[in-house]
Amino acid sequence: MESRLFEKPVYRLAGDNGLLVEFGEGIDSRVNAKVRAMARSLGKDRPLGVLEMIPTYRSVLFFYDPELTNPDKLCTLIEQVEKSLEKIDIQPFKIVEIPVCYADEFGPDIENVQKTHGLTRKEVIHLHSKPEYLIYMVGFTPGFAFLGGLDEKLHTPRLATPRMLVPEGSVGIANNQTGMYPIASPGGWQIIGKTPLKLFAPDRANPFIYKAGDKIKFKPISKPEYDLLAQRENC
Amino acid sequence: MNALKVLAPGGFTTVQDKGRFGYQQMGIPVCGVLDSFAFNCANILVGNDENQAVLEITIMGPAVEILTEMDIALTGAEMEMTLNDKPVEQWKSIRVKPGDIVTISQVQTGCRAYLAFSGGLKVPRIMDSCSTYVGGKIGGFMGRPLKKGDILETHEARVLKKPRAIPVAQIPQYPSSVGIRAIPGPQDDYFDCGMTALFEKGYMVTAKADRMGYRLQGSPIPIKSGMPKSIVSEPSMPGSIQVPPDEQPIILLVEQTVGGYAKIATVISTDLPKVAQTTPGDTIRFEKTDLKTAHRLYHQEKNKILKIKALFVK
Repeated sequence: MESRLFEKPVYRLAGDNGLLVEFGEGIDSRVNAKVRAMARSLGKDRPLGVLEMIPTYRSVLFFYDPELTNPDKLCTLIEQVEKSLEKIDIQPFKIVEIPVCYADEFGPDIENVQKTHGLTRKEVIHLHSKPEYLIYMVGFTPGFAFLGGLDEKLHTPRLATPRMLVPEGSVGIANNQTGMYPIASPGGWQIIGKTPLKLFAPDRANPFIYKAGDKIKFKPISKPEYDLLAQRENC
Repeated sequence: MNALKVLAPGGFTTVQDKGRFGYQQMGIPVCGVLDSFAFNCANILVGNDENQAVLEITIMGPAVEILTEMDIALTGAEMEMTLNDKPVEQWKSIRVKPGDIVTISQVQTGCRAYLAFSGGLKVPRIMDSCSTYVGGKIGGFMGRPLKKGDILETHEARVLKKPRAIPVAQIPQYPSSVGIRAIPGPQDDYFDCGMTALFEKGYMVTAKADRMGYRLQGSPIPIKSGMPKSIVSEPSMPGSIQVPPDEQPIILLVEQTVGGYAKIATVISTDLPKVAQTTPGDTIRFEKTDLKTAHRLYHQEKNKILKIKALFVK
């Protein structure tokens, strides 16, 4: 699908308490920047009656209380805010470094990825850890980041049969996407490594270490480094 | 204050409140009770504030030993309940004392019942809610369904001056064939004859029905030719009816945040409790409605609860 910014937002009803507002088409960093800029401007003081504002690749969902607001009021508000967004401002973001151990015991599919593309282990690690990946959105499970920017040489299809349980911290590849599993969950991604960091820690003051709009940089580490960091993370 | 000990956990019993709002953008689903009407009634019956944590009971009820004097009330799905082996009624407050045994058995009609306690269950608030998110292992009682031997606490509260009962006319029925109203969209433009199928044919609830979603089975709902089979991942709502490539609809409930399949329609919030009270084998007939009607029904539902609450205020 061709990606483009819409001139005017497209509104879609999601039941009697959801309004989906689309700002463009496809997976595109400009469209996504607008989504985040809108969510950020509106989020400064969350509009009356809005329970949740969920920004994703190209749209924001408003989960509202019909006692307090309605789609007409929300549309008016969105259009006002849109006008005030002179240009799409670049949101301050941080680069979050994620240490990853690409050893066989943590990456059961890394050999498969090597074979698929005729690459050495070193090349796969290099190609995977070189870019800064933009976090387009977070969702699906707590802290699951949808990343853009995987090198074409690593695009690998999902497993034919998904695993019943992928361990927490696993790092994987699915087609043109790469990502991390913050909690153990079923999944069909090609697992190439594991991070010792706790990506979701509900009892920590800040349960998450990144948000949409931040960038992820993977840093290859050895098994001993992994063990050391894992130990520190569990203290 | 220790309030009860679990002797048998039942089929799937979790601590829930209204839900966890504001964290979906981090991938934390809303969770919370599936039948908000029955939940509200249960809290009203024991004199609680509206959002106190209760037990959501699925299909098979638990057995508990009471550790303190309090009032309890069971609403929602019809399940036999006994207090020290003597039958007691649902939709009424019941005074219990230390040493009492409350046993809730197999469901008769409906699927989910709600058991409230004076003061409400006391569990740590995680991200502003007491709801259990089983998939994420957080909230409720240790982030999981109850097990034999668990001891649960309640907040300090006074017992009622006189017993309470929900008027019989207000108690819902849970038939095995239900009409569920839905508003087309957000991706109604992806469907043509599929829309006709959705609103004309009945769909059976399959065994794959849980708090995340209800998979239904019936007439296929094809995506219009020329439209992509999936969409760029976007948020879903409790009630979103998504259509994966097998063309069989799934009603998403409270443990899902985003998805990549087109959503033909969305169940209105007033009818979500009715969905949650169906069990595998039951039939759902979708009825098309619009936003104006749905908002009117939403206000009516709110007023219904306010009126019930007013019955018990002097």
